[in-house]
Amino acid sequence: MAKVYVSSIIDAPADKVWAYVRDFNGLPKFMPAVAESRIEGNRPADQVGCVRNFRMKDGQKLREQLLALSDYDYTQTYNILECGMPLSNYLATVRLMPVTDGNRTFAEWTAEFDASPADAPGLVANIGTNVFLAAFHELQRMLAGK
Amino acid sequence: VRRVTVTRSTVLNTPIGTAWALLRDFNGQSRWQPGVAESRTDDDAPGDLVGAVRTLRLADGAVLREQLLALSDREHTARWCILDAPLPLHGYVCTLSLKPITDGDRTLWHWNAAFSAPDAQADALAALIGEGVFETAMAHVGRLLARGPAAIAAPLVGGDTADGIVVSRHGGPEVLVPGRVAVPPPGPGQVTLRHTAIGVNFIDVYCRTGYFDLMPIPGTPGMEAAGVIEVLGTDVAGFAPGDRVAYACPPTGAYATRRTIDAGLLVPLPADIPDEVAAASLLKGMTAEFLLHEIARIRPGDAVLVHAAAGGVGSFLAPWAAHLGATVIGTVGSAEKARIALRDHACAHAVLLSDPDWPAKVKTLTGGRGVSVAFDAIGKPTFWGSVAALAVRGHLVSFGQAGGDLGAVEVARLAGSSLTLSRPNYGHYMGTAADVRRASARLFDVLRRGIVRGAPARSFPLREAAAAHRALESRATTGATVLIP
Repeated sequence: MAKVYVSSIIDAPADKVWAYVRDFNGLPKFMPAVAESRIEGNRPADQVGCVRNFRMKDGQKLREQLLALSDYDYTQTYNILECGMPLSNYLATVRLMPVTDGNRTFAEWTAEFDASPADAPGLVANIGTNVFLAAFHELQRMLAGK
Repeated sequence: VRRVTVTRSTVLNTPIGTAWALLRDFNGQSRWQPGVAESRTDDDAPGDLVGAVRTLRLADGAVLREQLLALSDREHTARWCILDAPLPLHGYVCTLSLKPITDGDRTLWHWNAAFSAPDAQADALAALIGEGVFETAMAHVGRLLARGPAAIAAPLVGGDTADGIVVSRHGGPEVLVPGRVAVPPPGPGQVTLRHTAIGVNFIDVYCRTGYFDLMPIPGTPGMEAAGVIEVLGTDVAGFAPGDRVAYACPPTGAYATRRTIDAGLLVPLPADIPDEVAAASLLKGMTAEFLLHEIARIRPGDAVLVHAAAGGVGSFLAPWAAHLGATVIGTVGSAEKARIALRDHACAHAVLLSDPDWPAKVKTLTGGRGVSVAFDAIGKPTFWGSVAALAVRGHLVSFGQAGGDLGAVEVARLAGSSLTLSRPNYGHYMGTAADVRRASARLFDVLRRGIVRGAPARSFPLREAAAAHRALESRATTGATVLIP
């Protein structure tokens, strides 16, 4: 099993960051590689079990399902139902924690999945850097000091 | 009673492994928690033994017992509870956890506590723990880690650095530059002190200029301070962390917030002697003690000359000599200081040194006989005048040269009045714990009875030591000056 772990500090209060992260239909707002997103079946984006159907700017399409959402713990867990990447059993969690010193936010994004030994290192690096870290940096760019 | 939770978190600019190595040791909190003077586990249990019980002794003397409930190197988490504490709380459990921040290879430090406390005290306890303990530790560890791995290899309290004054070259007051000074861990017979007030003396000027070779370069001046014991080394008897103490002795190093020093040189401070009074009076007062009791042996009826009677040591010598029965003639540099010498320091007469005939004036005041003892720390400008003012078989005690180096003295000239000359060195009279104990006991006695005045006349922040020296050297000061860390 391959694992991705990325964490960062966002210089904004956790509730401000969480307003973006908790929106399961909001990837286009803070993930630079995502072009558009919709929730299937017109369900609310915070209904656990809902499915987001989104398209990357490179044309790749994905379907992911919201498995858990906690406004109390600032956590969101989801899996991939369909994608063009050579992986399976993909499960990811985003978690925020307030940093009392400076009223900042600790943000971490983890993912686990199965992939062939040949594909795994490239997938880990790509998801970690170009997806998760890129999203954190975009949130930092949008929210820092606000 | 209500349940209270306290949470604090911060970002450490260091990889998680470095931070965890420091924080995981259940017996190591004295290395990173200001205010924890000592940690000891029961049966010397290792700091990663789950179930270990530690006794923490705080700098203020309070004692806590805590037990390690869980430790995870995988999750970078430690959890412990308080078994015993002099605080109105119960059921206290705290969890310290670290998380890696991969972006920048930093560390998140999260610390959470939950406890029950009476309603009226809950908020104050939450503030005490959140700010006084958690935030203080987080800020301290941040500074510690910023100084690199070497800083955390050594114990924090007693193995750290402190704010202080660093002299990198001899010179004027401007060489007294704020900086960081090393505070080595206390060795056998030593303690680490947190200073509360620091005495400023003319000997500090001599150290700064290089006139006396008492301070290494780079070095930190200062030979007098009061403070609280934070950490004991081994083989220290008679002292405990939290004890209030003072000292007045070489080696230099008092111009700092903390320092490590030999316990044998410390004077325990009685409850009725404030820290600033001790810092302002110990060196001058113990100097006056040995000059009066060990060297001059003042007797009732003696006429005694005290130079600079409104100044540092003079303001102790004059009233103390008067208390021993002497008639004290004080010399001063101004009419204002004359008033102070007469009003505050028990001088029977004050003589202006600006009058070139001052030795004759002193003779006249003693009915032509001259004084039995002259205490002279001015040096070159007054030495031969003091000789002239002394009676036959008189005693000149020359113990300083604030006004200029004495140079070579023709001893044969002293035969003109069969004079005795003493040139004492403080270290030779305050070199043992017994000397210091005797002198400090006598000093505290005359302070308590109001015979001498110990309160400092001026105080400066430690950082402004240069300003304190300028004031001292301008001769504008009367009474003692202290630096407050």
